[in-house]
Amino acid sequence: MSKVLIATKINGEAHEFACEPSASLLDALRDDLRLTGTKEGCGSGDCGACTVTLDGEMVCACLVLAPEVAGRQVGTVEGIAEDGALHPLQAKFLEHAALQCGFCTPGFLVAAKNLLDRNPDPSEHEVRFWLAGNLCRCTGYDKIVRAVLDAAAELRQERAGA
Amino acid sequence: MTTATYHAPASLSEALGLLAAHPGAQVLAGGTDLIVQVRAGRAAPSAFIDIKTIAGLTGVRRSGEGFAIGAATPCTALLKDAALCAAWPGVVEAANLIGSVQVRNRATMGGNLCNASPAADSVPALIAAGATCLIAGPQGEREVAVTDLPQGPGRVALQPGELIVELRLPARPMGGGDAYLRGIPRSEMDIAVAGAGVALVLGADGLCTAARVALGAVAPTALLVPEAGAALVGTRIDDAALTRMAAAAQAACKPIDDKRGTAVYRIHMAGVLARRAALIARDRAENNA
Ligand SMILES: Cc1cc2nc3c(=O)[nH]c(=O)nc-3n(C[C@@H](O)[C@@H](O)[C@H](O)COP(=O)(O)OP(=O)(O)OC[C@H]3O[C@@H](n4cnc5c(N)ncnc54)[C@H](O)[C@@H]3O)c2cc1C
Ligand code: FES
Ligand code: FES
Repeated sequence: MSKVLIATKINGEAHEFACEPSASLLDALRDDLRLTGTKEGCGSGDCGACTVTLDGEMVCACLVLAPEVAGRQVGTVEGIAEDGALHPLQAKFLEHAALQCGFCTPGFLVAAKNLLDRNPDPSEHEVRFWLAGNLCRCTGYDKIVRAVLDAAAELRQERAGA
Repeated sequence: MTTATYHAPASLSEALGLLAAHPGAQVLAGGTDLIVQVRAGRAAPSAFIDIKTIAGLTGVRRSGEGFAIGAATPCTALLKDAALCAAWPGVVEAANLIGSVQVRNRATMGGNLCNASPAADSVPALIAAGATCLIAGPQGEREVAVTDLPQGPGRVALQPGELIVELRLPARPMGGGDAYLRGIPRSEMDIAVAGAGVALVLGADGLCTAARVALGAVAPTALLVPEAGAALVGTRIDDAALTRMAAAAQAACKPIDDKRGTAVYRIHMAGVLARRAALIARDRAENNA
């Protein structure tokens, strides 16, 4: 089967890659573009380790065909830190020890940032339901939820100060 | 990995042409069933025909007094249509019980219907609401009641080359209300053990003038149970009527035993959920009187 050439924007930058038409976005990101921050846990939409944004909406990259992203905007965990400085969410994940093996972390970061971008002051309940599609085998979730709420508070303060 | 090709038609006629030209092609909506099945080796389409690129197939439109929901509309987009949420909250809630936010940002109700899982959450809510679907194919267009589409697990009454263009919901009747509830072992990310959708209408005197009760996950397809609806008509949806309704719902169940629940448990839950859904629908109807 002949490969197709796809032009897309990833974290704001134009990229081109060639892929099999039935390849997943996850495989294209990891194998063709070498953006290996996005992880494959299940490959079936259950774990959220592959969470990326597509035109601003979060999706499982394992359940998107790579050709679907032609002409669209993809956001991955690599786009969260700005100019080498960790995003407050990333800093709070470290501070709260919200990761152990870290395999789930990129997916949680993309999903949590997607929440805070639209809701700067979520309740604990809202955070837990928003993150229901992200599984973590290690932490028991509590530290992740606390890190997200703490990062939200810090971002609100930053905005109020700005 | 398959050798399937990928096509992004710009129009409905182009999509129908591609379906006709590629025997073994499958429509790709959100891909939350289809891509999973392809990866697991349970589906091997010769081509993916992506309907999300078709102009006009994504989004909710007013259609006469009712609503037309484009077949490529993801479940989360339904939440952004205030009029639809006010008219058919049960349908919107059912679609937004599916999977996670990541899944709902892709999954469509049309795909939920065409995949024909007995436990598909949006289907009983659509059936209770009296939804229809507009189907286009080589022979032209036809409109079919949602309740007539599922034929068994994984089987729908679509002919080769046909696709669903939109789901249609009628205007909410004066004094109408609907609701959908499901039972699952966890609070998110699980498949229904039983589900119940109820849509009913209360007259000015507070008596129920019409009711539709539909069940999921208790038979090979979602079921419309006319006897359950009839048990509510002419009543104030009081305890005695709810008990008769639940008994009629349970009598229609033909469930399987599996790891999520035994047949006995599913039948019991179908009655419990139908009763609770009817009470929510009644409250909503009272607020719409
Ligand atoms: C992690 C996970 C959790 C889930 N949880 C739930 C849940 O709680 N409840 C639930 O009900 N479901 C659940 N699902 C399944 C649910 O996401 C799907 O049933 C979804 O609604 C299918 O829609 P889609 O747009 O993704 O369809 P696709 O996967 O694109 O298509 C599904 C099938 O329908 C056909 N099709 C799609 N659209 C059309 C059309 N317009 N015309 C003709 N044929 C068409 C396709 O060819 C394919 O055969 C879950 C899935 C995942 C991955
Ligand atoms: S790898 Fe995509 S959801 Fe698990
Ligand atoms: S830290 Fe190991 S899976 Fe979450």
